[in-house]
Amino acid sequence: MLQTIFQRLGLSVFTLGFVSVVVFFSVEALPGNICTAFLQRFAEGPRLERCIAEQGLETPAIQRYGQWVVSAVQGDFGTSLKQRREVADLLAERFRNTALLAGAAAAIGIPLALVLGFWAGLTRDRPSDLAISTIAMLAMTIPEFVTASVLIFVFAIVLNWVPAVTILPPSAPLVDLLPNIVLPVVVLAFLMTAHILRITRASVIEVMASDFIKMAQLKGVPERQIFWRHLAPSALIPVVNTIALTFAWLLGGVVVIEQVFNYPGIGNLMLRAIYDRDLPLVQAIVLTFALIYVVANLLADLAMVLLDPRIRSAQDRA
Amino acid sequence: MVARPRSSGTGGPRSHLLHRIMARPSGVIGLALTLFHVALALLAPLLSVHDVSLPNADTINLAPSWEHLMGTDSLGRDVFARVVHGGQLALMVTACAAAIAITWGGSVGMLLGVVGGRTDEIAMRFVDAMLSIPSLAFFLLMASVVGGGAWTIVPVLGFFYGVAVIRISRAATLQVAAQDFVMAAKARGERTGTIMRREVLPNVSSILLVEGAMQWSWMLLAFSSLSFLGYGATPPTPDWGLMIASERGLLAVAPWSVLWPCAALSTLIIGINLLADALGKALGVDRTREVPG
Repeated sequence: MLQTIFQRLGLSVFTLGFVSVVVFFSVEALPGNICTAFLQRFAEGPRLERCIAEQGLETPAIQRYGQWVVSAVQGDFGTSLKQRREVADLLAERFRNTALLAGAAAAIGIPLALVLGFWAGLTRDRPSDLAISTIAMLAMTIPEFVTASVLIFVFAIVLNWVPAVTILPPSAPLVDLLPNIVLPVVVLAFLMTAHILRITRASVIEVMASDFIKMAQLKGVPERQIFWRHLAPSALIPVVNTIALTFAWLLGGVVVIEQVFNYPGIGNLMLRAIYDRDLPLVQAIVLTFALIYVVANLLADLAMVLLDPRIRSAQDRA
Repeated sequence: MVARPRSSGTGGPRSHLLHRIMARPSGVIGLALTLFHVALALLAPLLSVHDVSLPNADTINLAPSWEHLMGTDSLGRDVFARVVHGGQLALMVTACAAAIAITWGGSVGMLLGVVGGRTDEIAMRFVDAMLSIPSLAFFLLMASVVGGGAWTIVPVLGFFYGVAVIRISRAATLQVAAQDFVMAAKARGERTGTIMRREVLPNVSSILLVEGAMQWSWMLLAFSSLSFLGYGATPPTPDWGLMIASERGLLAVAPWSVLWPCAALSTLIIGINLLADALGKALGVDRTREVPG
């Protein structure tokens, strides 16, 4: 079991290393450099020289990559070209806001997805399942900005219940942010619920068809006991992994949703950084996204090891 | 798992496939929506009398009427004309990107499945690592490096979604690779390329076809999101994502110029998704356990 954990840990470090290479060298590959990209038509004379000196672009790329990684590990992502602030500070502030959004969406979405997923799976092909599955399919295919636009139209404009966009600085206290997160949380939770419930449903159907459930039914175990003792523990195993993946996958959705609602989160920061051609900031954000994914995945893997006796015993035998 | 088409009576395998897609309500709806949108994109110039990109100061934010079926936008352009043209670019870009993804992801996956061993193991580590970058973040990073624009996105979309296809294609190949006829081909000393083309491809092609259709719908989602964020289609191109982005500030004044493109975009993506799902079921490809990415 300890070996599995170390293996997964090693894999996570490898993944982050690979992503850092992709993120760093895809920018290196562009014609010109960070400074010419940032300064555009003003990239000449003392201004360009100062920027090059500040960014240390005279040193070879490999050496700069090494320095970048070493300081990133220490939590130092350098300075934003445009905003002239520590990237780490910018990230921390925005991360808090996005975490609020994602956390609220998860608090609603995960329980809802589990209930609906089990319900759909247990009533397979009946009207309740068809209704739940259809809505889940719609939630997954309709772009976030379409759902958001329609919700803004209905709830902010026609009914006037909630504010349509956030007009607060990123460092606003959490209490002030709360009324603004209603609609974004609904959109995010809608998407999250759809993904998790689909896997839950499939998992429930698979487990219900397995021999040990049939056996329990045949020997007359009460329904309630079959559900809690036999079905739920097995059916939840793949769901744990999906929750982690969905969480990470939703980061892409967060970019769009934050843009629609003008919410001061990490996705919003990324779009602004791209607009400003502030590449050091963009690189740091993409790396942060990958870090969140890797950590979520690692936690899910560890949870699987703890939850699934098959993985544990397979490792012990090996 | 590949289910061979059951021969039951007359007609070629192709008509059987269509028949089996149409056997489900989701297949009928998916096929109808997809064909409707493809037809709309092809016939767009015949359907609209108004110019799609020329601003007109006299007709700003007009409500829907007989003259302007879906009203006009903030630059006085006819929304109906822009909506019927709005799918052309997205459909072309994503169809090309889906073809690239399936071709490269499919061949690399087959190769890894056939070769196996250490190469396969190491390559799959890189594939998994690549998939840990959220797709939209990757596209935005690329857009900031190579600049936005619809056609520069094609190879980026094709490459990134192809990585996900590698996994599918490899998994399908592994199912085949252990079977006697592949062993026999290896024993005969056939070249890897020949084995892939002659023995593996016919057995994984339906899985790749279904995957391609699914990828197409996820790419439409990604492309329209990029257009919405300003890194896909460029103004004044009529594109749904772009239209929603530029008009959404006036949602309270002229909701029609946002809600119609919303409806068009959603129905297209839903249509292709349903069609891909029905195609998968018709071909016996099980993809219930996959998460898009």
